[in-house]
Amino acid sequence: MTLFYLFGAVAVIASLLVIAQRNPIYSVLLLIASFGALSGLYVLLDAPFVAVTQIIVYAGAIMVLFLFVVMLLNAPHEETEHDEKVHPLRRPGPMRLGAVLAAALVVELIWALSRGTSETGAFGEAAVSSVRALGRSLFTEYAFAFEVTSVLILVAMVGAVVLAKRDPRAHS
Amino acid sequence: MTPLLVAQIGLTLFVFFMLLNSAAVMVYVERKVAAFLQQRLGPYLVGPKGVLQPLADVIKLMFKEELRPKAADWFLFALAPIISASCAFAAFAVVPFGAATTFFGLLSEPVKLQVADVNVAVLVIFAIASMSVYGIVLAGWSSNSKYSLLGGLRSSAQMISYELSYGMALASVLVVGNSLSLTDIVNGQSGYWFHVLPRWFIFLQPVGFLIYLTAGVAETNRAPFDFPEAEQELVAGYHTEYSSMSFAMFFLAEYINMVTVSAVATDLFLGGWHGPFLPESLGWIWFLVKVGALLFFYVWMRWTLPRYRYDQLMSFGWKILLPVAVVNLLVTAAGVLYFGM
Repeated sequence: MTLFYLFGAVAVIASLLVIAQRNPIYSVLLLIASFGALSGLYVLLDAPFVAVTQIIVYAGAIMVLFLFVVMLLNAPHEETEHDEKVHPLRRPGPMRLGAVLAAALVVELIWALSRGTSETGAFGEAAVSSVRALGRSLFTEYAFAFEVTSVLILVAMVGAVVLAKRDPRAHS
Repeated sequence: MTPLLVAQIGLTLFVFFMLLNSAAVMVYVERKVAAFLQQRLGPYLVGPKGVLQPLADVIKLMFKEELRPKAADWFLFALAPIISASCAFAAFAVVPFGAATTFFGLLSEPVKLQVADVNVAVLVIFAIASMSVYGIVLAGWSSNSKYSLLGGLRSSAQMISYELSYGMALASVLVVGNSLSLTDIVNGQSGYWFHVLPRWFIFLQPVGFLIYLTAGVAETNRAPFDFPEAEQELVAGYHTEYSSMSFAMFFLAEYINMVTVSAVATDLFLGGWHGPFLPESLGWIWFLVKVGALLFFYVWMRWTLPRYRYDQLMSFGWKILLPVAVVNLLVTAAGVLYFGM
């Protein structure tokens, strides 16, 4: 139980510091620390496979790309000094949307937490720790969600390519 | 403190000590082999045949001044070599290097020759390898120097690209071995086919072995894939600004990573501690012999092959190695399903 509180505290504090940081490089590193703590929680839940996958996929692969982009853009500080003094709801377009989304998330969180924790996970203990059982349920019971997720990622990839592609007419 | 716990702690300290020593031995071997390949003598002044040269190097590094560029980010600059070195040591923790032993009857129950027996050992190694990228990237960025930054960026791009093929090669062995535990995989390689050929996975996975070796060389940033520190273009790459012991930590990490990659290759493809003539309790000798042979291959390759060009490296990784690895995995999976192994 001590370990649970330790990992939980690290995850929460690191996540809070991610958004409190001005330097994006430190934000990325704190997010990695948070993922590491989450992976520790998975180990405590007797799911070493999920824990290691968390490290490989999130901390190892995705965050390296984040770091890469931050370093290439070479932006040591966010340029928010001007906007800081304005109230979130009075900021221009996209920023207002962010404030609304954040408010919605807070409401959802309060709702979810007030519902209590009577429901437990659908997996039995053996199912989580066994790679075979995990793979079987992923490719049978949850096959639809699995395939839909891959289509979602494909859409995101096509979107990124379209956005990053230079307009050929702009050259001439 | 039970005797088993004492044995376990002793084993952990022993592995740590041996890894440190292996780096020193590898530095000596590398310099000697390089010298022979280039018709030189190599180090010969310190100690008999120069065997104490690594010790002299360590003392020199310890007494050097620790420099830090003024514009560097001091926290990350100090953290980067620590990440590199600790990842290098951590990865070896799940590698088994011998059959379970009682140390000639000293212990009541046998203890595994492995620091931590994790049932997803192969994935743990992969995870730690992916974390070690951070040491190099952060070193490159925090130094605030163009050579370091370029070295760090190149290295991260290279490691991400080759990690995929590396993972695919691991996955095809896992399919053949039908387990994620390194101990189980090694035990699946005991015995012989037709009484002659050892039942090693290299004979079932020759393509996988080649992919693993190539990607392993790229992962450890060794020649001919040593772009992060290409001297002619980048001075010394990501560790240009480092001196003294923080440089030594990167140096140490590189050699220990080589040892780990060779040890994992031995466990996955070369039958681990299984071999003829020796009883199971002395299997670690076979393990050492195989790891030593792979390490010699590493050194031999470095001093034989010139460095690739960077774009060649990238197109080789993505257009040749990765497709071959994917096809190898598919064929392996189909074969295992068809023959029902």
